[in-house]
Amino acid sequence: MSGATLCYQMLNVMCPMHVILNRNGDIGFAGPTAQKLLPDQSLVGRPFLDVFEIKRPREIKSISALREKAGMKLHMQFRDPPHRELKGVLMEGPEVGQMIVNLSFGISVVDAVQEYKLTAADFAPTDLTIEMLYLVEAKSAAMEASRQLNSRLQGARIAAEEQALTDTLTGLKNRRAMDQILADLIVEGESFALMHMDLDYFKVVNDTMGHAAGDHVLQQVSKIMLNEVRSRDTVARVGGDEFVLLLRDVEEPEIIEQIAKRIIKKLSEPIHFEGERCEVSGSAGTTLSRNYPVLTADKLLGDADVALYESKHRGRGRHTFFSEELREKERDPAQATSREPIVKHA
Amino acid sequence: MHGLVNRAIQRFVVDSYGNAQWAAVARNADLGFVEFEAMWTYEDSLTPRVLAAVCDVLDRPYDELMEDIGTYLVSHPNLEALRRLLRFGGVNFLDFLHSLDDLPDRARLAVADLVLPRIELREHNPHQFSLNCEGDIPGCGHLFTGVLRAMADDYGALVFLEHQGVEEGVETVAIALLEADFAEGRGFELGVSV
Repeated sequence: MSGATLCYQMLNVMCPMHVILNRNGDIGFAGPTAQKLLPDQSLVGRPFLDVFEIKRPREIKSISALREKAGMKLHMQFRDPPHRELKGVLMEGPEVGQMIVNLSFGISVVDAVQEYKLTAADFAPTDLTIEMLYLVEAKSAAMEASRQLNSRLQGARIAAEEQALTDTLTGLKNRRAMDQILADLIVEGESFALMHMDLDYFKVVNDTMGHAAGDHVLQQVSKIMLNEVRSRDTVARVGGDEFVLLLRDVEEPEIIEQIAKRIIKKLSEPIHFEGERCEVSGSAGTTLSRNYPVLTADKLLGDADVALYESKHRGRGRHTFFSEELREKERDPAQATSREPIVKHA
Repeated sequence: MHGLVNRAIQRFVVDSYGNAQWAAVARNADLGFVEFEAMWTYEDSLTPRVLAAVCDVLDRPYDELMEDIGTYLVSHPNLEALRRLLRFGGVNFLDFLHSLDDLPDRARLAVADLVLPRIELREHNPHQFSLNCEGDIPGCGHLFTGVLRAMADDYGALVFLEHQGVEEGVETVAIALLEADFAEGRGFELGVSV
């Protein structure tokens, strides 16, 4: 057996995706896996550079130029669609003028095994392609399990947020918490005041100075309100710039009026954010539980809303108690102006 | 114990016996939850408790249960991904047997913190083998008996398997490869759309 024949047998096992070029640059032989690259036709007999375009190191047009690239990594692609890219390396063969090009799919191997219907037997036993395909699948399966876990955690987080009772921006009670506390107060029959407070000019701050400034204002406003009430009272943020205060055991309207005025006065002082002045104010309306023979949350909130509207109507920055006259005034088409309800009932 | 192991037991019960039976297992084992997360780690003591609960609820002997879980892991359509990963081990059943020594390393490549039982294949002659398994949970020999039986089917090989007992924590499974190409087997293409 000649040395060349031994060499060819060795190549078929160790580099099954090789081609052997004769001295003219025609493909004289294709290894068992290389034969599968053109399923409908034979590689053998065709000029190598007619089948493959060498893209790097740089375009190579002649066989003599190709011969000079021995030992270098070649980037090439099929001239025919779908122009699959391959990697290759070339060396002189055992016979005069011969060149041997070993080919590989590189990173596109996952698509290539499907396209050419390759099996483990098409790769050399030492080739890591099968291990790589295994890893791609194993990692995809593991990633999918992680993705599912993440999406379940995300769902749990949303559910937890839905059940939360705290407004995350300000740390105040949120709308849901306020509804619960109000319902409890009504059931317990305690005497309390419900104050609905709305920031004036907040939209201007948000629009002209940005949401970060708006968020800062809301945080400062929350602190002001918490400072002015007792620990057993409730301050809740029920909307963008709307707050509900539930003040327990207060019988005297004067005391409530004082609390409201103190809050509004402090709200009217400029709030500084990154060296800029944010100017807001507050309008408020209050209703007292003791004025109702039958209490419902909707009625209380609606009446405080009417009183708040009156404060806005009278020029903002003030506080009003609810009275039946206000309700009458609102019903009277001659005096009423069309308005949106301020508390958006959830 | 890795969540994948616990989750596999859960899926075996759910896919073979239904959600109600699994809920009964979770109660019986006093889990405090129903769903195992595949990608979390659980206390090691949980897994034997769950297996005992499965035996209790389904009224099945432990060894038989372990073998059924092994078979389920390879043959149930819901776990096709796992069957494929095992098939990457070899082009035929003999090749697959020889790849078993690598199995724990292969598993670690996919999921770094997954620890499988230590296994070792011994070849007595071209048709007689034995597999030694040593795991943290008793019965891994029975589990591998189930896995090997299902994989032999998958490759279309005819084998005779026998659990030969435990010695110092090491379980031995005797494998007789009667015919490598006994039946058609199931197809395996290297590339699938992932």
